Amino acid sequence: MTAEEATTPQVERPPASVAGPWGWARANLFSTPWNTFLTLASIAVLGWALPPALDWLIFNAVWGHVKPEVCKQADGACWAFISEKYRLILFGRYPFKEQWRPVLAVCALIAMIIFSCNRRFWRAWLGAVWLAGLAIFGTLMWGGVFGLMPVETNLWGGLPLTLILAVVGVVVAFPLSILLALGRRSRMPIVRSFSVAYIELIRGVPLISLLFMASFMLPLFLPNTIKINALLRAQVAIIMFTAAYLAEVVRGGLQSIPKGQYEAAQALGLGFGQMMWKVVLPQAIRAVIPPIVNTFIGMFKDTSLVAIVSLTDLLLATKQAISDPNWRAFFIEGYVFVAFIYFIFCFFMSKYSQHLEKSLRAGERR
Amino acid sequence: MATAVQQAAAQGPVIEMTGVHKWYGQFHVLRDINLSVALGERIVICGPSGSGKSTMIRCINRLEEHQKGRIVVQGIELTNDLKQIDATRREVGMVFQQFNLFPHLTVMENLTLAPIWVRKMPKKDAEAVAMKYLQRVRIPEQADKYPGQLSGGQQQRVAIARALCMNPKVMLFDEPTSALDPEMIKEVLDVMIELAKDGMTMLCVTHEMGFARTVANRVIFMDKGEIVEQNAPEEFFNHPKSERTKLFLSQILHN
Repeated sequence: MTAEEATTPQVERPPASVAGPWGWARANLFSTPWNTFLTLASIAVLGWALPPALDWLIFNAVWGHVKPEVCKQADGACWAFISEKYRLILFGRYPFKEQWRPVLAVCALIAMIIFSCNRRFWRAWLGAVWLAGLAIFGTLMWGGVFGLMPVETNLWGGLPLTLILAVVGVVVAFPLSILLALGRRSRMPIVRSFSVAYIELIRGVPLISLLFMASFMLPLFLPNTIKINALLRAQVAIIMFTAAYLAEVVRGGLQSIPKGQYEAAQALGLGFGQMMWKVVLPQAIRAVIPPIVNTFIGMFKDTSLVAIVSLTDLLLATKQAISDPNWRAFFIEGYVFVAFIYFIFCFFMSKYSQHLEKSLRAGERR
Repeated sequence: MATAVQQAAAQGPVIEMTGVHKWYGQFHVLRDINLSVALGERIVICGPSGSGKSTMIRCINRLEEHQKGRIVVQGIELTNDLKQIDATRREVGMVFQQFNLFPHLTVMENLTLAPIWVRKMPKKDAEAVAMKYLQRVRIPEQADKYPGQLSGGQQQRVAIARALCMNPKVMLFDEPTSALDPEMIKEVLDVMIELAKDGMTMLCVTHEMGFARTVANRVIFMDKGEIVEQNAPEEFFNHPKSERTKLFLSQILHN
């Protein structure tokens, strides 16, 4: 068709419907024979896989509170299992009657995170908000004050445990990683050697081994009188591990900053700290937002490894729910449910990082 | 002006380089540089590429470290003392070939960053000063844009305004027009000429010989890390003494 138009070029017409759904489909789905084939093949795969999946997930699924026997006769998923066990999955062994507390604690944590997403609030006082938020979380979870029943950390579990490990992990590991990255680029040999050694050592071992060491080996070296809380030990291991990974990401960002930026800052009389804080780091970190968020997402899911040091995180709580003999057949439902929870958080992080990249670059485009 | 001259007489030269040497590894980039700059002097430095002109002016605010000899700026000798280096850098403005504006900050933020953080100026005052200099470089309407939204000539004028906001005693220009498209060179040179007329002490590495003739008190020719010849522009261009200067001038003026 374009050949015909090319031979008779008297009239300049706009190309046939580039706008609208048909124009879009032609340009994106059917532009070439190969593309057309891919489009049709994708539709076929969806048509083959989607209906049975939807049948299992929704249409044939068993909802509400029913006995496991009812589920066994159904073809679809047994969401009754989740209705029965969601409190165990979400809050682990936290005292049943007190579970309104982790609900509030998680809400407070999520509210604080959403609040912090707004760039207008990126001021010094946000640090105070975080301290307050973490204090509220801790007070609700621990209790022991305001007439709240004390709950030891070994009873914490499920979503609040996973969230606090991840959130504190991010908040502490990120600044630490910046220091490590700067240290690795430092001209001072001792600082540089320490940073290199730390990063290579921690990055070179699996998180599981770090968790094991923190949980089982550390107490062997410490005197009996000093007992460090198991949750704290796992938290420290996660922070150390994440910081080492992030440090290399941040270093990549630092390397992308041209020498001229440092020189311009120096020529204006900015000190090292001011130069880094005001000129170099904002650009360096912006350049590596995707891999930073990538690390955060990986770390969020890696918190499930704390199960091996007997912390009942979201995944281990799910496993415990499945271990009920009456409901053992419905382990898939349990894993789908918990996967969905992980997905929501990870998807939020991913979307937020895209938004952040866009909004931070908005002014810089020509 | 009278007080400034008196001060200059009392303080001696603004910049004094004596027997300065510098090496990059084995490569001897600066050989026995002796240079004295008086307050209000406008010096143009030229020479073939690799002759050490940029390195020399970058030593003045210690973006490069010299390895032998003395550099005294405003009575303060440049040593490894970080406080003295920072003190010197506050008084010496610099404009780079590649502008080196901060791309993540608006024009206004570029201009107020150092006054606010280094001079501890209140934000309002810093913005007023910045606006004054933006008007002087004739782009006040671009204050809220980002550097990436400006043309090269505009960016370089912002860079000049940024340096001026620190109220420096000396301005160093490192090939300020070399990265610009030809049609933008004039707008930057006009700003520099105006600055010279206002009595700013300037050291300018450039190949713009028209600019040298218009504003310089002194033209310095460097080659192979040495100052080969220096003279008033009229003498320098009409009666060059050294063969190397003659060769260089014939190359840049006749093609």
